[in-house]
Amino acid sequence: MAETLFFNALRAATDEEMARDPRVFVLGEDVGHYGGSYKVTKDLYKKYGDLRVLDTPIAENSFTGLAVGAAMTGLRPIIEGMNMGFLLLAFNQIANNAGMLRYTSGGNFTIPLVIRGPGGVGRQLGAEHSQRLEAYFQAVPGLKIVACSTPYNAKGLLKAAIRDENPVLFFEHVLLYNLKEDLPDHEYLCPLDKAEVVHSGKDVTILTYSRMRHHCLQALKTLKKEGYDPEIIDLISLKPIDMETIRESVRKTHRVIIVEECMKTAGVAAEVMALINEQLFDELDAPVMRLSSQDIPTPYNGKLEHLTIVQPPQIVEAVQKIVEMRI
Amino acid sequence: MVLREAPMNDPNTFTERSLPVIDTSSFHITREEGLMLYEDMVLGRLFEDKCAEMYYRGKMFGFVHLYNGQEAVSTGVIRAMRPGEDYVCSTYRDHVHALSAGVPARQVMAELFGKETGCSKGRGGSMHMFSGTHRLLGGYAFVAEGIPVATGAAFQSKYRRETMGDESADQVTACFFGDGASNNGQFFECLNMAALWKLPILYVVENNKWAIGMAHDRATSQPEIYKKASVFGMVGVEVDGMDVLAVRKVAQEAVARARAGEGPTLIEALTYRFRGHSLADPDELRSAPEKDFWLSRDPIKKLAGQLIERNLASEEDLKGIDDKIQELVNESVKFAETSPEPDPSELYRYVFAE
Ligand SMILES: Cc1ncc(C[n+]2csc(CCOP(=O)(O)OP(=O)(O)O)c2C)c(N)n1
Ligand SMILES: [Mg+2]
Repeated sequence: MAETLFFNALRAATDEEMARDPRVFVLGEDVGHYGGSYKVTKDLYKKYGDLRVLDTPIAENSFTGLAVGAAMTGLRPIIEGMNMGFLLLAFNQIANNAGMLRYTSGGNFTIPLVIRGPGGVGRQLGAEHSQRLEAYFQAVPGLKIVACSTPYNAKGLLKAAIRDENPVLFFEHVLLYNLKEDLPDHEYLCPLDKAEVVHSGKDVTILTYSRMRHHCLQALKTLKKEGYDPEIIDLISLKPIDMETIRESVRKTHRVIIVEECMKTAGVAAEVMALINEQLFDELDAPVMRLSSQDIPTPYNGKLEHLTIVQPPQIVEAVQKIVEMRI
Repeated sequence: MVLREAPMNDPNTFTERSLPVIDTSSFHITREEGLMLYEDMVLGRLFEDKCAEMYYRGKMFGFVHLYNGQEAVSTGVIRAMRPGEDYVCSTYRDHVHALSAGVPARQVMAELFGKETGCSKGRGGSMHMFSGTHRLLGGYAFVAEGIPVATGAAFQSKYRRETMGDESADQVTACFFGDGASNNGQFFECLNMAALWKLPILYVVENNKWAIGMAHDRATSQPEIYKKASVFGMVGVEVDGMDVLAVRKVAQEAVARARAGEGPTLIEALTYRFRGHSLADPDELRSAPEKDFWLSRDPIKKLAGQLIERNLASEEDLKGIDDKIQELVNESVKFAETSPEPDPSELYRYVFAE
């Protein structure tokens, strides 16, 4: 496919899966004629018609419930959240019905549903459009949560999510839609439950996801110059956490830093730290560190916003600190 | 315009909206049909009575909402649909909808006992009856949250027909909920979408005048719920929910419209629950005269009278059905009691699809 923009990779995944399976359809606000707020579904309605690329009224909880009902009765809906933050209005349908209904029904129904869209902190979009929602959904049983980070994994993961029999919350990031990457011409899927070792190293394991992967890679440049050799792992799956991959890495490095865009309190890192303490305590040569965003509503002001989110120099500092630590 | 005074919970008074008068004497029914309706309603009644007994004997737990008094709605609507093909969506007051949809009484009872043989494998309980085979989309314990799900099932029928070329996809969905739910946003949002896309669905409001302790008139600016259909360009009908023949007639017409691709119908059935909101409710707010008024309109007695009057059944016929159903309900308890509990090793089963 040659060089592909992130949003086009997602579009291609959707297109391929819709062509492959007539039960797959997209619904959401402005997904049809308008093409989606980030153009992920641009012109798909011309190919598949208005019912398969369904423009919905602005009624998040209800169209999410509608998708649950369609999934229970055999279709495979993809909901686009115009901004994932708007799905707060659908929290009930996502938690009670998408997440729990299979269990509550004793396996009577399956809910093959993807809920995808732009999440994360953009550029000066203000608090409500710059949410760090992934943690809000962590505790909901029955949901899989995935965060993509490159055009390559965005495409492979979305295709896998669409084929999965379970409800998948699929986080994209507003600031990554214009990344470019050469994609293979052949079809491929990426496993939903596997973390990706982005750079192998031996000094410290850096666990990250979504846009922070790119911050970590930026920090890596400096760190390499300074002679550090960190291993960077993109979690990809935020639920469940791929402890296999983490274990392998920690056995090698014995040190862990978690870098997330999420809030610190009850964030993704909080959960990962707990898991590492429970399962890998004996492997650790230093306390697990986490770099999270600040526990405040994302400020509009550019400088304050910058201060709210983890920046590459902080990652460099954290690596320097943890590698020197001796216990 | 005359503003009605809100009832002040005076135990001696109650206000009653004028009930829709439909003369059902001209509706043709066969003996077979009549007995089928009677049997289904009696099953609903005796099953719920047995639940109350079992609840007080400590055999079932949690919040248990009984359906006594409202049987004509479940039977009138669901028995006008195709069993195992059309979809039914309920609330927490779901036992009887499940029975009308064909879920065997023993499976519903076993679910209430929390047993592995329950229709939801003991994982759901009173408020979460599900059955894929009977196309029962579930009992939903949060008020109004089943409405979007039912709307999705109806969307699915249309989708299959129009994008997958499946001519046989003419299934209709019946979505039940209460007067209280009709003040929730999901109700309005879904009416809008269903009318917009002409979805094959019946929204059936069981207006029993109360949402726990909130009198309907105190909760809504327009108590005549069926009128709310008109702003969506949808057909809205009001029906005496204590008269199964009237409900059946209205439902048949709505089902025919839905199957013909003419879109949704909002049916408001005026009914009453003969017991408290749940078995935990002391039921102190509803006045005695109001209860007496509605008790005198018992839908099962009404149908029995109609059947006898039309010479479609004798007292003995009906008594025979009562006895047969009582036996079936007793048997469902035996089944539930002797069924195994879920295997603890399967605690995590059904969280994700295998
Ligand atoms: C979202 C939500 N809010 C509140 C409740 C508590 N609750 C349970 S039933 C009920 C009243 C509902 O009344 P109505 O819709 O008229 O149905 P009915 O119980 O009369 O059948 C309330 C408030 C709930 N279950 N879900
Ligand atoms: Mg009510």
